Amino acid sequence: MITTSGLTKVYRSRGREVTALDGVDLHVREGEVYGVIGQSGAGKSSLIRCVNLLERPTAGTVTVAGQDLTALAGRGPRAGKELRQARSRIGMVFQHFNLLSSRTVQDNIELPLEILGKTGQERSRKALELLDLVGLADKAKSYPAQLSGGQKQRVGIARALAGDPKVLLSDEATSALDPETTRSILQLLRDLNRQLGLTVLLITHEMDVVKSICDSAALMEKGRIVESGTVSDLLATPGSALAAALFPVGGDPSGDDRTVLDVTFHGEAATQPVISHLSRTYNIDISILGAAIDTVGGLQVGRMRIELPGRYEDNVVPVGFLREQGLQIDVVNNDAVGDGQPLLVKEGAK
Amino acid sequence: MTWSEMQPLLEQAGQETLIMVGWSTLLAVVGGLPLGILLVLTDKGGLLQNTVVNKVIGQVVNIGRSLPFIILMVALMTFTRWVTGTTIGSEAAIVPLAIGGIPFFARLVETAVREVDGGLVEAVQAMGGNTWTVVRKVLVPEALPSLIASTTTTIIALIGYSAMAGTVGGGGLGDLAVRYGYNRFESGLMWVTVAILAVAISLIQFAGDATARALHRRGGRSGAAPRLRLLKTEEPATADVSKVA
Ligand SMILES: Nc1ncnc2c1ncn2[C@@H]1O[C@H](COP(=O)(O)OP(=O)(O)OP(=O)(O)O)[C@@H](O)[C@H]1O
Ligand SMILES: [Mg+2]
Repeated sequence: MITTSGLTKVYRSRGREVTALDGVDLHVREGEVYGVIGQSGAGKSSLIRCVNLLERPTAGTVTVAGQDLTALAGRGPRAGKELRQARSRIGMVFQHFNLLSSRTVQDNIELPLEILGKTGQERSRKALELLDLVGLADKAKSYPAQLSGGQKQRVGIARALAGDPKVLLSDEATSALDPETTRSILQLLRDLNRQLGLTVLLITHEMDVVKSICDSAALMEKGRIVESGTVSDLLATPGSALAAALFPVGGDPSGDDRTVLDVTFHGEAATQPVISHLSRTYNIDISILGAAIDTVGGLQVGRMRIELPGRYEDNVVPVGFLREQGLQIDVVNNDAVGDGQPLLVKEGAK
Repeated sequence: MTWSEMQPLLEQAGQETLIMVGWSTLLAVVGGLPLGILLVLTDKGGLLQNTVVNKVIGQVVNIGRSLPFIILMVALMTFTRWVTGTTIGSEAAIVPLAIGGIPFFARLVETAVREVDGGLVEAVQAMGGNTWTVVRKVLVPEALPSLIASTTTTIIALIGYSAMAGTVGGGGLGDLAVRYGYNRFESGLMWVTVAILAVAISLIQFAGDATARALHRRGGRSGAAPRLRLLKTEEPATADVSKVA
């Protein structure tokens, strides 16, 4: 639904050059919720703004719903008619809501419809319908200043949906909201994705967002996508930084000369008998350093960090045994231990 | 001089001031609003970024702003005669007043429009809006409280300018105060004129502030909070009246 290839964005200001995007290839399938995560300055906003060409890519192409937007861009800085029409079919939700304070909630939602040249009757019917959809039917005549952050974002989402888009872009839509409200907004996005078949590309710096609603995710670092895939594939990828960040297990080894393993199992697979079996077969003591079961992208995933006595070289056979049982085994090297989120530092909402 | 002698003079002069200030305000708004918006749009990073146009408008506005009004008035005499056929009377005074008012208002518009949250512009662009949509649906309505406050400031400045314009045959209350108070030592009439001007300015300021605040309270967050200007003496108007007196 959204494909970028070789997307590059270089900002030039006062002789200095900043490469915000460095050849990004992104592929978002129709009907999925795709999360892009990365640290501040990684280029996430640049990426999403390039998707509807609010930012002109320096190189590369952007295709949305089969239409090459970069070809519509024209040469000058101004957006031509075709690009504007294409934009009206892509909804966008913003971190700071960006609602017009001079308009009522209903009039805010009608704005994209005014731009599309819809009649007053069509506009108000659609706006009220959308308000109902986002659960704000009673706020039509309120002004944005009279709403809470979560309500404002619901209006922002309703507005983004006014033009019946197939694609919704969301740049940190929940970063200005408290955890409770964040959950309800994410739930709303998830529902819309399911009900309307909406493809959602969202940018976030919070792992929890990816964890709770994304089907696929990409990790950005310094303008590049360093890892991407469906959440279940990522979790099944040994050594995946995203998987480790999505689902961290803690626990420090009890001393040197120990082998620490992260055991990941999906769905119904249970480790308990496997571990005791291992212990009996090889006559070794296994300590469990940490364990958790969680739902990631709608999948039940369990992770356990266990410790075997002796170095890795001494444990090749037991590790092989575990792998044979169909479990995913990551050997944790000592430097990384204790650092559940090696790549992603959580930041507070800005 | 008795009240019945003063009354017709005041009525006549009041009407002249009203005509001068009314028309020149209208023209200042009509001319200054697009100029102010253009200053923002053509600026670096603006939707119509154009350094040359921006510099030219900026320079013209600066010159118009910095020229003392009385000099502008004299400098414009030929132009005024060309437009109105005369250089004397309230109608003739409207020309330099409007030309002085346009850059004055344009700068205030520029400041007001600049304070509109860029995110709103972006939101409308993302919806597929063009530059004109951005101006019409975002910049003007969102800056409206500040624009109202700017209009108030402009009206008051133009009342001040009109007193000067009056001295060159434009008539009006300022002229009345000078002719009777300064030239004929009729200080009674002069003080009445000063009082009328003071009351008029206060009322305009009050009405402007009230409107701006009402709009602002409704809107809340974005747009500059109009400051209370009642107690400040930055208006040329007050200064000019005292000079005249
Ligand atoms: N308009 C601009 N002009 C110049 N440099 C820019 C501009 N916008 C972004 N950058 C630079 O590009 C890089 C990527 O910025 P971007 O906003 O895409 O990061 P981000 O991942 O969204 O970060 P955050 O999580 O803080 O929002 C940064 O180094 C930033 O300084
Ligand atoms: Mg960002």
